[in-house]
Amino acid sequence: MFDDLRDLYQEVILDHGRKPRNFRRLEEADREGRGDNPMCGDRMQLWVKLAPDGRLADVAFQGKGCAISMASASLMTETVRGKTQEEARALAEKFRELAMTGTCPDCGGALEDEMERLQALGGVHEFPSRVKCATLAWHTLNAALDNADKEASSE
Amino acid sequence: MDGVVAPRGQGAFDVARIRQDFPILSEKVRGKDLVFLDSGASAQKPRAVIQAMTRMMEKAYANVHRGAYHLSESATEAYEGARRAVAGFLNAADEREIVFTGSSTAAINLVAHSYGRGVLKAGQAVLISEMEHHANLVPWQMLKAAHGTELRVARVTDAGELDLEDVAAKLADGKVGLMAVTHMSNVLGTVTPAARLAEMAHAHGAKLLLDGSQAAVHRRVDVQALGCDFYVFTGHKLYGPTGIGVLWARMELLEAMPPFLGGGDMISEVTLEGFLPAPVPAKFEAGTPPIIEAVGLHAAIDYVQGIGMEAIEAHERHLVDRAMTRLSAVEGLTLIGHAQDRGGVFAFALDNAHAHDLATLLDRVGIAVRSGRHCAEPLHARFNVESTCRASFGLYTTEGEVDYLAEALGKAREFFR
Ligand SMILES: Cc1ncc(COP(=O)(O)O)c(C=O)c1O
Repeated sequence: MFDDLRDLYQEVILDHGRKPRNFRRLEEADREGRGDNPMCGDRMQLWVKLAPDGRLADVAFQGKGCAISMASASLMTETVRGKTQEEARALAEKFRELAMTGTCPDCGGALEDEMERLQALGGVHEFPSRVKCATLAWHTLNAALDNADKEASSE
Repeated sequence: MDGVVAPRGQGAFDVARIRQDFPILSEKVRGKDLVFLDSGASAQKPRAVIQAMTRMMEKAYANVHRGAYHLSESATEAYEGARRAVAGFLNAADEREIVFTGSSTAAINLVAHSYGRGVLKAGQAVLISEMEHHANLVPWQMLKAAHGTELRVARVTDAGELDLEDVAAKLADGKVGLMAVTHMSNVLGTVTPAARLAEMAHAHGAKLLLDGSQAAVHRRVDVQALGCDFYVFTGHKLYGPTGIGVLWARMELLEAMPPFLGGGDMISEVTLEGFLPAPVPAKFEAGTPPIIEAVGLHAAIDYVQGIGMEAIEAHERHLVDRAMTRLSAVEGLTLIGHAQDRGGVFAFALDNAHAHDLATLLDRVGIAVRSGRHCAEPLHARFNVESTCRASFGLYTTEGEVDYLAEALGKAREFFR
């Protein structure tokens, strides 16, 4: 009955949705952000631990939401680990494009491998009401990185 | 599958024929038949409504109450004719007790402003319930902040019914000036015991407002028999247009209430120094009213009355029984609310799928349901659920559609396994 939805709900999405990776609170995080999708009730909190050189040493999250938003957050935490903050922001921008259009215009670039993994979520572009489920985690990451001047907590 | 139901004592209720009155129901969604199970959010429109509104604009449109020329007079007659139709629909004692507003939300806000600030005293209380739509919650929170009225909230039982003991306890000290509760929950489907609530409220010196946004669509409403003091409903859920709602209130209440919005049509005399308000109901209808929408609402009322509210209720009762049986049989599905007296609204959650994922799947096979919290966030918190999907029926809903929903839910659970 739902076979043509396997494009959206690929095995990797279902797997990460069911068992999100890095689903934990990071004690002593250097950055923290919150994301909220009031329409759907999706909520997430995200922590970043930075290495001395400013790279993302560890990224973890907790929250509630649909399979798409949980899987997207889970894949994101794996993908941005070890990246510089600039790379993480560039990935966020490219991911947004991927989610909205289904294609990634400059995926041939330096972040090709990373984008290839995220391609699993490209199917959401056919579901306009679901795009924001996929992008919530990345907005939250940007918000966390923007919290540079503040204490670890964004409150 | 689209069986003909012939309720006892009624003419045959022929769903297949009724469906032909709704042009949109022959639309396809991604190549599939549209299975529209979101009438609780807004219902589809029969051709009679669409045509009445078009005809009005093509042949009889002008502003009302303002021109001494033929078109304005006929528009005024059409608008006032709609008021008479609504009065008949609710069995109001006097058609002047019908106030047209923009929606249920606007009607409740009118009462909160006018009755709330003008008649209720600071320190008196408003009593609502845990199962209110935000439209019957937020205006009272705003009144509390602006005017100092207390806000009390009656509990809902695990079965999804209004806890009448708690209602009694919260009325007991006589401080409640107004009880404002839903006549039918837009999430649980629960129909509240309105006549009983009116007695309870009156015994403690409180007035009763019923939010009939859902109930008026599914049941015959007789405001005099119910004994309530205010009743509100909204046109677009009753197969009518958006942009029009109704406030009914007892004449003596409307007369005692100060105007809400100020402007044209609501005055009988104006100078630069001040104004004299117009008599009820014009006092509450400032500005150009929803004229075309009133004509559409009139056509919608004629349409449902032509079928018969009792026949509609019997058809829906049949669908509710079917849905209870079929949905209860879906493995892993939890229905929120099991009220004895209920209408065709079902909120549910699957154990292995989030409401939004589920709604996306159902949409793929043509089924339109709402997902989220349905403007009732506190109620979802009460039942400890993040969000639900909601299927709600209309008079055009068929048994076949109910079965199809149940089948799709079973398959959806397998999909996410
Ligand atoms: C019980 C209830 N009350 C109030 C409303 C508000 O109706 P409207 O949005 O037309 O004002 C709705 C529907 O959304 C409802 O279901």
